[in-house]
Amino acid sequence: MRWKAAALSALTAFAAPAALAQMSDGVIKIGVMNDQSGTYADLSGQGSVWAARKAIDDYCKSNKCEKIEVVFADHQNKPDIGSNIVRQWYDVDKVDVVVDVPTSSVALAVNNITKEKNKAFLVSGAAASDLTGKACSPNTVHWTYDTWALANGTGNAVVKTGGDTWFFLTADYAFGHALERDTAAVVEKSGGKVVGRVRHPFPGQDFSSFLLQAQQSKAKILGLANAGSDTTNSIKQAAEFGIVQGGQKLAGLLVFITDVHALGLQTAQGLILTEAWYWDQTDANRAFSAEFEKANKGNKPTMVQAGVYSAVTHYLKAVHELKSDADGAAVVAKMKATPTEDALFGKGEIRADGRKIHPMYLFEVKSPKDSKGKWDYYTLRATIPAADAFRPIDQGECPLVKK
Amino acid sequence: MFELLGVPPQALFGQLLLGLINGAFYALLSLGLAVIFGMLNVINFTHGAQYMMGAFGAWMLMQYVGIPYWGALLIVPVIVGATGILLERLLLSRLYHLDHLYGLLLTFGLALIIEGLFRKQYGSSGLPYTNPIPGGTNLGFMFLPWYRGWVVAFSIVVCLATWFMIEKTKLGSYLRAATENPTLVRAFGINVPRMMTLTYGFGVGLAALAGVLAAPIYSVNPIMGSNLIIVVFAVVVIGGMGSIMGSIVTGFGLGVIEGLTKVFYPEASSTVIFIIMAIVLMIRPAGLFGTQR
Repeated sequence: MRWKAAALSALTAFAAPAALAQMSDGVIKIGVMNDQSGTYADLSGQGSVWAARKAIDDYCKSNKCEKIEVVFADHQNKPDIGSNIVRQWYDVDKVDVVVDVPTSSVALAVNNITKEKNKAFLVSGAAASDLTGKACSPNTVHWTYDTWALANGTGNAVVKTGGDTWFFLTADYAFGHALERDTAAVVEKSGGKVVGRVRHPFPGQDFSSFLLQAQQSKAKILGLANAGSDTTNSIKQAAEFGIVQGGQKLAGLLVFITDVHALGLQTAQGLILTEAWYWDQTDANRAFSAEFEKANKGNKPTMVQAGVYSAVTHYLKAVHELKSDADGAAVVAKMKATPTEDALFGKGEIRADGRKIHPMYLFEVKSPKDSKGKWDYYTLRATIPAADAFRPIDQGECPLVKK
Repeated sequence: MFELLGVPPQALFGQLLLGLINGAFYALLSLGLAVIFGMLNVINFTHGAQYMMGAFGAWMLMQYVGIPYWGALLIVPVIVGATGILLERLLLSRLYHLDHLYGLLLTFGLALIIEGLFRKQYGSSGLPYTNPIPGGTNLGFMFLPWYRGWVVAFSIVVCLATWFMIEKTKLGSYLRAATENPTLVRAFGINVPRMMTLTYGFGVGLAALAGVLAAPIYSVNPIMGSNLIIVVFAVVVIGGMGSIMGSIVTGFGLGVIEGLTKVFYPEASSTVIFIIMAIVLMIRPAGLFGTQR
């Protein structure tokens, strides 16, 4: 690792033209860190690395670019491993910005280190709304979605259709806790009641015990506050244990398109879910996805991977306007001051607390007979306008927001 | 009726039964490990990957050849077992004269390679596999899916048959004798190396069988084995390395204990087995059913 870093910096020392010396060490170095081998690898992983590279290619087609490098690493969903990698990146490898980082516990750790080192952190994969709440930082932008937006989308929709008593099946770490907290708030605000919850170890495999507890709670809705294979396993086993036949309904609070793909439409049909981005929405999305598919074994991109593209694009714009990537807080301040615009997410903005604002979409998973082909999975149920999609800025308790 | 620590008895019965079902997987997997360790003195860290290959094998047969679950149940263990035999002949058999540690390192490395290859090919989020016997019955205290009932019954039969074969038949007595003193058994004209090869193949076949059983209820993904294998090792250690009955009884028993933990303190359900392992090792270092060698 060390010698590699040394070799790289030696290489860049020769390669970087003198005119662009204002970039720290003459190169913009983007570190994509996510799960490359575990349960979240398909929804982020190499797909996110590809999206970051694609963003650079597209941006540099119409702009004059200096040397931009992408490095990536596998945090294995463990905060200690993630922290070590990021420290090494910032201290030794001269990485300027860290992107993606699913798994909220890791993202919260990276959030702190980034602030301490004054670099920049663009979150796409992680969900915990604390990143723009109590833990908000002048060096962090939370791009794609968060637990509040998911709760607001799926939670609200379910309560409106009569699902007023809830039982939570929650992944036992920062993300699950945040998602449960935010959804419970939505449920209670709309007059519903939370009758029970159980926290399962992450990652889990067998959920039958927990499903039995959910069944016995007699709650109308079983809220799945987990993600990745935890969610697919829960849904698969819920079908097996006759949860839905017994009159209870499932609410998958965070379901990615890769999860729907893993479940198959037969099992997943009828699920209501909230996403920030779907590949089959616009021509630009479809074009991006077609290219993505070729490079990523026939998979379609998730909202997380699309978010990486969008975030990196905006970062490059801000760095170029500032003509420097050295001061992370200054770059993020510039990103907040500039309205966002790109092919995938359209127009938007970044709030003072670091929250990127755009519409969210409520989808229903199609039945096998309605699906016209591979990856044709969603029907749009509602669009949640940007103004209502995220937690109001004054409710997050972010110290950066002036009261 | 009584209530135990705030949990109604109905819920308790349900959890006990579920624990038994999960225990069936532990028992099948730890049985394979115990058989392999007993005969070959190899700690087979590839076991989790071979379990995963079993589940993927079932999926591939369905996807590419159209062979349903019941066919896979017969075919997959044989195919995966054959890959095991190949592995034993090519690599493992060269390590028997060395320390345990070498076998462990080799099988651990192989497990990483196999998982990596499957991840490269099929991604990490998993593949769909349809439940061959959907539906279930209401037992009054819980809803029992037919499929889980089948898993429990089938694995008990397989476990007992294996135990019977090793402990009560002539073939089994050869195997046990070869473990005690291979040189002497060879002197009687018995082909010990071939017996060890077949034993390894059989143990691997058991892992693949557990994999096929798991495919309809667990997400079929490349890391499904590594999530499980550490627990299964703990089961083998608690039961006593190499003890056949020990691994069966402990497998089911720990499934039940884990199930109960999920009711009383779910956060600890992934660690409770290791706590038990630590306690057992302190009191009986050879495991509950093991004998000191």
